[in-house]
This record gives sequence, structure tokens and C-alpha cells, in this order.
Amino acid sequence: MNLNFWLIQAFNGISYGALLFLVGSGLSLIFGVMRIVNLSHGSYFLLGGYVALTVIWTTGSWALALPVAALAIAAVGLVMERVFLRPLGYDPLRQVLLTVGFAFLFQQAALDIWTGNNFDINPPDALSKSIQVGGLFLPLYRVFMIATALAIGVVLWLVMEKTRMGAAVRATVDDAQMARGVGIDTSRISMLIFSLGAFLAALGGVIGGAFLGIYPGLDFEMLPLAFAVVIIGGMGSLGGAAIGALLVGLADNFGKALFPEVSYFTLYAPMALILAVKPTGLFGRE
Amino acid sequence: MSAAMTSQTLKVLVVVLALAATAIIVPNTNSFVILVATRALVFSILVMSVDILLGYTGLASLGQAAYLAVGAYVTAILATKYQFGLGFDFWVVVILGILVSAALAAVFGLLAIRASGVYFLMITLALGQCVWGLAYRWNSLTGGDNGINLRQRPKFGIDLANEVTFFYLVFGFFAVSLLLMYTLVRSPFGRSLAGIRERELRMKILGYNTWLHKYIAFIIAGGFGGLSGVLWAHTAGIVSPVNVELPTSVDALLMAVLGGSGTLVGGAIGAGIVFGLREWLSTHVTWWQYVLGGVYVLTILYLPTGLMGIPERIRQRRTRAGNGVKKLAPVTS
Repeated sequence: MNLNFWLIQAFNGISYGALLFLVGSGLSLIFGVMRIVNLSHGSYFLLGGYVALTVIWTTGSWALALPVAALAIAAVGLVMERVFLRPLGYDPLRQVLLTVGFAFLFQQAALDIWTGNNFDINPPDALSKSIQVGGLFLPLYRVFMIATALAIGVVLWLVMEKTRMGAAVRATVDDAQMARGVGIDTSRISMLIFSLGAFLAALGGVIGGAFLGIYPGLDFEMLPLAFAVVIIGGMGSLGGAAIGALLVGLADNFGKALFPEVSYFTLYAPMALILAVKPTGLFGRE
Repeated sequence: MSAAMTSQTLKVLVVVLALAATAIIVPNTNSFVILVATRALVFSILVMSVDILLGYTGLASLGQAAYLAVGAYVTAILATKYQFGLGFDFWVVVILGILVSAALAAVFGLLAIRASGVYFLMITLALGQCVWGLAYRWNSLTGGDNGINLRQRPKFGIDLANEVTFFYLVFGFFAVSLLLMYTLVRSPFGRSLAGIRERELRMKILGYNTWLHKYIAFIIAGGFGGLSGVLWAHTAGIVSPVNVELPTSVDALLMAVLGGSGTLVGGAIGAGIVFGLREWLSTHVTWWQYVLGGVYVLTILYLPTGLMGIPERIRQRRTRAGNGVKKLAPVTS
């Protein structure tokens, strides 16, 4: 009984961490490459969920909603980076403020198009069942979340570590100026990473929409959580984002279950402490 | 040199005239304008405190709402749980709100001041979220998501329930805050802050304890944030986690940029415009937030020095001297 509580909470925490990895990994890469804090990242999450809803309403296909929403929001990210962020040049503060201006615009657009109602994204029946492992009933959907995050994490890792493209990204994270010096097109890298981040966040929105719901204000609720992941894990580090997501997912779950009154405090206070001691995050490179 | 002096005197004169005009005109308008002006003035104190950090010290904070919230929660909790601060003891609450917020800033500053640039942005965000988490979840103290309703405003000889009386009180606080902050940034201490903003390393080499300067500026900004919080609690009549969530901090930062960072009064102008737009537009149209978001985006794209920078830019264009546009605030990472 008592053991079951811990196991279930741990499982929930890990699956929530899987979702956070989708949101956080993109944010982390964007920071690593462009040195900007993308405050519209939560909006991508929310918009992804909304676009998926529209796809589901019109076609009835949840499986189709996943790629369509992610690609649509990736396109939004691409346009934002090319048309608005890039022309500002290297001016992080203005870029950050610009992303938050967009977050407000997206918020209003979402309100206009999808109203202020609270929606749920219903996954297909096949994923709504539970499976029994040992004495525990685990919702299949959460298993799916973990599997998805794992798959994406592995693919990202392979691309980053094994391809020329990935090497260029890592070089840009380490020293953008030097990377430009050896002929890496950092502007193109920024564009790709920014839309990849939007893609992953939107994917997270579609997947997370099943148990978080999709509602106005979710954007600015997810954003600080995504930041917690990035900061704990270290900015620009994929492995760090994975560990950060796991820690935040577990901390969030156990915090809410064990000491609800201070649960968010127990999440953000370590984050601030880590930042103060090691600004680049636990696993970030200097 | 004397030309610069007179130009400064002229600017001060314009501000004083604008303040006088506000004090005379607003009470004679309708209650809607008085309400919006009161809110804008209260929030302006927070925005100006953000500007002390952003415009004069070069630190962009994303967690300044925390200090407003602490001041507001102190006021609300004392008023509802202990019936304290509803008479002459309101002034004790004012002091208390300032001190508690400044104390919080003193703690947070120990963590935050080490960082600069984008890292400062993120650590202040994290610290702000700590306060938000407590406000949101600590139900027994803060009322959680519902917040705390203040049923009455203080009464001490004058009755603050009267909106015009309350406006004058807020106006007084605003004017005093502006004067204090203006004195601060013009003082040798303020000059050192500007030096840190421009080039921290040089100030270090000159022997300044730049950490201590930034730390003190951070605490002072926190104290003013607390003052705005005390006033906000009585202005809005409700204190809730909305006051401390990320968009509120972002608002304060954007208002400072919109008006023009490093000008103090720019923050007040920014707050006035945003509150005016928000309250007025939202009663007329449903798409008001497009206007607000658009204003922010356009300001950052085309007017990095804010509205207060417009005269300077016109002058520059006339003389065709400067091709380099002054940066918003230097960020080093």
C-alpha cells in the first residue's frame, strides 16, 4: 500500500518529466545557440494544443493532429526567428522582450480563435486503457508519453552527437563567434534550432493536452516550469534537459502530494539556488 | 555646460507641470478616469523601481512583481486577519510593507546580484516564481487562488473610500517616490550605478565595490516595490497570485522600456499608456490585447529608447550625426 503510493507517484512524476523534456529541451537548445530566453515558448505549447484540437475536430484523427500541430507551430517559430528576432542582431534583452510581446499577441489570437473555454484533447481509445505491471495499474497514455520522450531524446542525441549538423550546433553553443569564424552558418543554425524548439513545444502541447487540458493561461504556467528544467539541467545541454525534466517532474509530483502548501516553492527555490551557485546550470558548460 | 544645466532644469519643469496638470485635471473627470489614473500611478512606482535596475544599473529583472505582491499581501493579511492598518496605523503598514519587501530583496539579492545579463533575468524569474508558488499554494495564509478581499479602505481623519481622496493620497506617494528616486539617480551613488551599467569592469578597477552598489540598488528597488504593493492592495481591493505571476513582472519591465528606460518618468508614462489602453480598450473591444502586444513589439523593434527617446532621435536625425542607435541597456552574458 505505502510502497504503491511511492511507485505510482514516481511513475506520474517520470511521465510528467517526459512531457517537460519536450518543452524544456527546445528551450535549452534555443538558449544555448542564441543566448536568448524565449518567453513565447509556453505559447508554442498552448498553440500546439489548440491547433491539434482543430485538426481533431475537422478530421477526427488524433494521430494526424500530432505532426500537423507540431509542424504548424514550427513554421510560426521559423517566421518569428527570421522576420523579427534575426534583424535585431545580437541584442539579447530586446530579443527577450520581443518574444514576450509575441506571447501576448499569441494569447489574444488563441482567445479569439479558440475562445476562452477549457478543452481536453482525447487520445485514441487504444491509449486510454491501463496496463497492469506487478500490482500496479498504469495508464497506457503515460507510458506512451515516456516512450515518445525517450524516442525523441534518442533521435535528438544521435543527431547532435553523430551528424555534421549536430556538431555545428554544439560548436555554436560552445562559442558562436568561433563557430562563425570556422565557417559555420550560425544564422541558419539559429533558425533551425528555434523552429525545432517550437516543434517540440507544440508536440508537448498536443500530448500534454490530454491530462492538463488546453485553456488560456496555460502558456504562462508552462513557461516557468520549462525554465526550471533548463536551469537545473544546464542551458544548451540535451542530457541536462533530460535530467532536469526528470527532477522537475518528480519534484512537482511529490511536492504536490506530500506538502501541497509549499509545493511550488520547493520547485523554484532550488532552481534559484542552482542559478546563484552555478549560473550555467548543473550540467551546463561554461 | 550651462546649456546642459538649463536643459535639465527645463525637463524637471516639464515633469512638475505635467504632475500638477495630472493632480488638477484627473479629480475633475469621471470616476473611470480617476480609477485608471490611480491604478497607473500605483503601478508606476513599481515600474520606476524596475527602471532603477534596468535603466540605471543595467539589470533586467523578471521578478519585480514579487515585491509588489509581498507589500500587497502584508497589507491584506494584516487588514483582514488582524484588522490592522485601517486607521492611522495605515502608516505603520506602509513602513512595514516597504521594510518586508526590502528585506526580501536583501535575501534575494544575495542570490541574484552575482548574475548579470540574461542570467540575472532568469534568476529573478525563478525568485519571483518562489513567491508566486507560496501565494498560490499557501492557502491558510494567502487564500490561494482566490486571493484575499479587502473589505474596506483605511480611514484616518480622511476617508480613503472616497476615490478622489484616495487618488490624492496615491498621487502624493507617487510624487514623493519620484522625487526620492530622482535624487537617488542624480546622487554620486546613482552616478556610480550608471558607471556600472556602462562598464562594470572599469568601475571595479577604479576601486568601486560594484557588487555592493548593485545590491543596494536591488534592495531600494524592492522597497519601492513594496510601497506600490501596499497601495495596490487598497486600490484593487483584492490581492491574489495574479499580482505576482510572471506576466505582471513582464508588464512592469515592458512599461519601463515603452516609456524609455533610464528616465524614471518614462516608466510612469509607459504605465499610464498601458493602463489607459487596457482599461479603456477592454471596455470597448475584445481585441485590445492585440493593440498592447503590438505596441510592445513595435516599441522594441523601432523605438528601443522608448517614447522618452523620441526627441533625442529626432534631434539626431536632424543633425544626421549619429548613425548608431542607443541601445536599450547593455547586456553582457
